[in-house]
Amino acid sequence: MTDKKMVDVYILGKKYSVPNTLTIMESMEYAGYQLKRGCGCRSGFCGACATVYRVKGNKEMKVVLACQSKVEDNMYLTQIPFFPGDKGVYDLNNLEATADTIAKYYPEVYKCIGCNSCTKGCSQSLDVMQYIGYAQRGELEKCAHASFDCVSCGICATRCPAGITHYNVGLLARRLTGKYIAAQTAHLNERVEEIYEGVHDSALEELMGKTTDELKSLYNNRDITK
Amino acid sequence: MYTPEMRELIKKVEETRSQRIAKGDFPRMTAEEKTEVLEENHPDYIESGFVELKVGPNKGEKVPNELGELLQGKSRIEELKIDLNKVDYEADVLIIGGGGSGAAAALEAHKAGSKVIIATKLRFGDANTMMAEGGIQAADKPDDSPALHYLDVMGGGHYSNVPELAAALVKDAPVAIKWLDDLGVMFDKEKDGTMVTTHGGGTSRRRMHAAADYSGAEIMRVLRDEVQNKEIEVLEFSPAVELIMDTEGKVAGAVLFNIETEEYHVARAKTVIIATGGAGRLHYQGFPTSNHYGATADGLVLGYRVGAKLAFADTIQYHPTGVAYPAQIFGALVTEKVRSLGATPLNIHGEQFVYHLETRDVEASAIIRECNIKGKGIPTPNGGQGVWLDTPLIEILNGPGTIEKRVPAMMRMYQKFGIDMRKEPILIYPTLHYQNGGLLIDENGATSIENLYVAGEAAGGIHGRNRLMGNSLLDIIVFGRRAGKSAGNLSKKVELKDLTLNHVEEFHSMLAEADLVTNSVSPMLLPNYTNKGK
Ligand SMILES: Cc1cc2nc3c(=O)[nH]c(=O)nc-3n(C[C@H](O)[C@H](O)[C@H](O)COP(=O)(O)OP(=O)(O)OC[C@H]3O[C@@H](n4cnc5c(N)ncnc54)[C@H](O)[C@@H]3O)c2cc1C
Ligand code: FES
Repeated sequence: MTDKKMVDVYILGKKYSVPNTLTIMESMEYAGYQLKRGCGCRSGFCGACATVYRVKGNKEMKVVLACQSKVEDNMYLTQIPFFPGDKGVYDLNNLEATADTIAKYYPEVYKCIGCNSCTKGCSQSLDVMQYIGYAQRGELEKCAHASFDCVSCGICATRCPAGITHYNVGLLARRLTGKYIAAQTAHLNERVEEIYEGVHDSALEELMGKTTDELKSLYNNRDITK
Repeated sequence: MYTPEMRELIKKVEETRSQRIAKGDFPRMTAEEKTEVLEENHPDYIESGFVELKVGPNKGEKVPNELGELLQGKSRIEELKIDLNKVDYEADVLIIGGGGSGAAAALEAHKAGSKVIIATKLRFGDANTMMAEGGIQAADKPDDSPALHYLDVMGGGHYSNVPELAAALVKDAPVAIKWLDDLGVMFDKEKDGTMVTTHGGGTSRRRMHAAADYSGAEIMRVLRDEVQNKEIEVLEFSPAVELIMDTEGKVAGAVLFNIETEEYHVARAKTVIIATGGAGRLHYQGFPTSNHYGATADGLVLGYRVGAKLAFADTIQYHPTGVAYPAQIFGALVTEKVRSLGATPLNIHGEQFVYHLETRDVEASAIIRECNIKGKGIPTPNGGQGVWLDTPLIEILNGPGTIEKRVPAMMRMYQKFGIDMRKEPILIYPTLHYQNGGLLIDENGATSIENLYVAGEAAGGIHGRNRLMGNSLLDIIVFGRRAGKSAGNLSKKVELKDLTLNHVEEFHSMLAEADLVTNSVSPMLLPNYTNKGK
């Protein structure tokens, strides 16, 4: 690391001098690139900004989110456009929360050779190989929780020698968990029934008919639970 | 990592800490003090921040300058010859915008049997929806009811909300949660299925549902997956730049722009739903924003040019605690929880200047006053300023380990940039967060212009002059679904006449008549953050 205020970065091979306080994303803008791809939330939530880099003199290729990582001196940068990942097409209503479902839509998970490249690349520090392991064994709830923080940046899939699209496997496991494994919500189902039966209509209509002053007084005197 | 200058200033915060604790709570403002600080500092009250519209359906009303410039700007297709007989895309329902409201609308329109196309500016899902952390409201617990929810919504909106829209919102809320639950959204639940719900600002019952602090992301990625399962066509990097009408004055599609090849395409559709989200990236009055890169109010411009009316376009929500430093996460949200756990705002001398739990607008105004009027802000290396939020206080008041347990994501966000908020205060400044108003809709999401619908943050009237936390994720589902269903059904009856773009020329003549000479071209599509752009 260096204490220089300005650092040199190489964007697609061209050298630019940029303030050392910038993120990779901002350094590209500082250098004059108006981003059209590879930029979304700018907050580490959407996974649009995967970027490959290498620091001069170092052979290792690293992959990070450009909006969440600072520039370093002598960084060589390239943005990866979003990687086309395979996605199974399914009707969630006709699935079962089992390993067979995973095997049907993502059979390649069984080709995992345990190289751990996916985990090493993960921009969210998730144990990607582990959650694929859970999926293989049909431990879908575990897979769901272990993959929950995934932002689908696709870095894992760019590195996988077995052609796994990890983020889509995790997503299927989460949807199966949400729909079939987590318990049904009795109070929700009851309230929805009530709404369809029109139980709450008259109370709402009455409020809608109130003047602003009447509403104000109701509002100011409403009880608020702790 | 703080600069040496900042580390020096942090010493002052530490010096005053024990005295501040001994003194107890800072006094709350009186009603008069609140009015005064708001009128002097809240961006919505700064008259010079607003311009009166000279043309269009809201002529004579005020909107933020930056929005006015775009609403009264020139069309991107002014000089182009677009051949409307060459139709590139054909749909029953064209949805403009691929966030939560667009995806929800698409699923319902598809279910109604329509051919749906989503055209979106960035990738599908690169949207404000993806970023929402806090949660989504719905009155589904036994001690709660849609009527109680309604009262909260109306009170929160200063009673200015359109009652029919507020009623639709709260009535559909449990149905919306059920719909998401059935789609496999992993809501926080107890073992027996009971929803884990909490309070949000202005709620009289605990009705905030969440999926950890990834509520919006979880909803968005499930909806996106479902749209893909239904094999609905999605055109990414294809923003709409103008609506197309037919010779009878009905909306009949849109001109799409391929952001990379810079070609224009004609999409003809029987109905159109605008679902383009917010406006944070217009940086009203120079504010930073918590919004995503594409939040440039495009839908408001598209709708306004065909004569759709805006509602509450002059009210904006600023969140008091956005990140002021480090620059890398400038404008990002510091959740309100940090203050509710006891962190207090301090000026450059380490003095508290406002009670830490005033309402969002008052808290934000006091912070702005401290920096801009009193000159007691802390300068940041990127030329801005901020005030301290004394986060170590949280651990002193509630015991060590509280921060890691209660705001882990926030702690990690700062750690990434070498700041330990358990030991050092953080620097914050208000950030532009939400567009309270938008294009006026009815309960089905319809505008007064035939065949044109609006859903989500681009819609106006639901929240009146102020939206409560958790009601936006709710409205994108409720009104996204309503608009999708309604547009889908309507499209079966629509027979379009010949396509025209005459309204664009007409709008330009109105601008000329009003002596509005402008170089602004709208919609903006993307903000320009290059050195040249600044
Ligand atoms: C950081 C943050 C936290 C939040 N937290 C909460 C919360 O906890 N609870 C809550 O209820 N609300 C919250 N909100 C508000 C809420 O998330 C948003 O208001 C809501 O998700 C907006 O959904 P939308 O579908 O209307 O717009 P978006 O999700 O923003 O989607 C708009 C889409 O339209 C596209 N688009 C824009 N212009 C064009 C064009 N010209 N042509 C084609 N496509 C275009 C965009 O690229 C984007 O894909 C939060 C917002 C932010 C920014
Ligand atoms: S832009 Fe969304 S993760 Fe970086």
